[in-house]
Amino acid sequence: MESVAWDTDVSRILAELESLRDTKSVIEQRILALEAQLREINLRNEVSNCDSCSPTSVLDSNSPNGLSRDAIYRYSRQLLLPSFGVEGQANLLKSSILVVGAGGLGSPALLYLAASGVGRLGIVDHDLVELSNMHRQVIHTESYIGQPKVKSAAAACLKINSTVQIVEHKEALRASNALQILNQYDIIIDATDNAPSRYMISDSCVVLGKPLVSGAALGLEGQLTVYNYKGGPCYRCLFPTPPPTTACQRCADSGVLGVVPGVIGCLQALEAIKIASAVGESLSGRMLLFDALSARIRIVKIRGRSLQCEVCGENSTFTQQHFREFDYEKFTQTPLTVPPLKLNLLPVESRISSNQYSEIISKKEPHVLVDVRPSHHFKIVSLPKSLSIPLSTLEARLPEISSAIRKEEDDVEVASGSSVQLYVVCRRGNDSQLAVQYLQKMGFASAKDIIGGLESWSKDVDPNFATY
Amino acid sequence: MMQLTLEFGGGLELLCESKKIHNVNVEPQNGSDKLIMKDLLAWVRTNLIKERPEMFMKGDTVRPGVLVLVNDCDWELSGQLNTSLEDKDVVVFISTLHGG
Repeated sequence: MESVAWDTDVSRILAELESLRDTKSVIEQRILALEAQLREINLRNEVSNCDSCSPTSVLDSNSPNGLSRDAIYRYSRQLLLPSFGVEGQANLLKSSILVVGAGGLGSPALLYLAASGVGRLGIVDHDLVELSNMHRQVIHTESYIGQPKVKSAAAACLKINSTVQIVEHKEALRASNALQILNQYDIIIDATDNAPSRYMISDSCVVLGKPLVSGAALGLEGQLTVYNYKGGPCYRCLFPTPPPTTACQRCADSGVLGVVPGVIGCLQALEAIKIASAVGESLSGRMLLFDALSARIRIVKIRGRSLQCEVCGENSTFTQQHFREFDYEKFTQTPLTVPPLKLNLLPVESRISSNQYSEIISKKEPHVLVDVRPSHHFKIVSLPKSLSIPLSTLEARLPEISSAIRKEEDDVEVASGSSVQLYVVCRRGNDSQLAVQYLQKMGFASAKDIIGGLESWSKDVDPNFATY
Repeated sequence: MMQLTLEFGGGLELLCESKKIHNVNVEPQNGSDKLIMKDLLAWVRTNLIKERPEMFMKGDTVRPGVLVLVNDCDWELSGQLNTSLEDKDVVVFISTLHGG
């Protein structure tokens, strides 16, 4: 009875949340529309009456240096820099920068680009804000969970600087739309998280002749460079052949300390600002390697543009048409938008669902549950009475499984004709299949895995069980 | 004997017991007094790589996606596999990252 009341409570709250979110979204749409109208009116007034500067105007053709009174005050600390000054700021205000990816790298990059006064700032992302993003994707706030990242990022940028023109591209970047989107901007920032996007963005920058500020971060390390700029290499000059898919780890699997992409994203904004304002010396031809754990930053010299490069080389025949038809997913053997890997290695009789396992527990059927996730995953959350044997140590620890089965036989009265069962679980149900394959080969013929792993346990059996 | 500092990064350190910096002494090969990168790669594979060697090498060179830096300089600029090494050189092997 209690659980029924609890369920009703939850569904009532969920329904109200949904309706509130709908109302909120309608109000936000209205605010955006009104703001646009206001900008339009201000802009018209400005044209008809140049004496009264609207608060949103930045560039002022009447002022000797082209900056409006408000812009001079807003950017005064940058104008005071002799090596940046009015010229640098004016160049920046006339420039347009596109940030592909509003995630860990894109978040700080966008915040600083908006704050510093880039004229037009584009954001590309197809994803929604999730709770597990918040630790590193600092542009998003909790109230935007479930909403498009582009929308959340645009709102945050406008809150800092309402005079910047923000363009939302709420879609995934693909070979079919990349040229059309990138072509609207002077400088491109690659803040994506996968290999096919990196090749695709670099190739389109070569085809369109745009400088590319490329950053990457994983775990406790980051990398940064500028491609296709002032005789420097493109991504393909450096990496003509894509790496094996096993070498392409994702933050969702390997983890990342939030501040690490933060550091790299800030540096990406810096490089883009330098190029846009035409100051300083860019990282083109050099690469910055950041090791957070040992507090080391190393800047190394990399090769220049390769004459043999298939895309930017002397004899390259790579055109916009080639680009549109190039299959980046096939080339890197990685999907552009990364769905979690779903292996299917075992016959159905060697697998059980999380609901079936839940019944096994409630019927107190004698069994041993082996959890093959790495031990630092096991420490985050685990099922009661599961035995932690990481997949990488399975071979050496088979005797522990045998003795756990014997102990279960001794402890529980096993009904005649049945025996102690062996089940294997992992995070999503991939490694558990590899483990079962191995266990069956090593004589544990009845070993079975739990389909979908702990994620399905949380989804289908116990919603209070933590996911990560 | 040649004293070298070898560094692994971008995840390659996982192949050598998660140790990033290795100070090693390497004997030039075949009685020659010269050590080139090709020899060093073979030496690293035998002496430092403890698991999944295919994540470090492909054929006689590094696998795609690995940058090699000799004294903070891309080995493409110094002759790749034929780069000559000298005492106290620093060689960095770094796997390119894609995350963000």
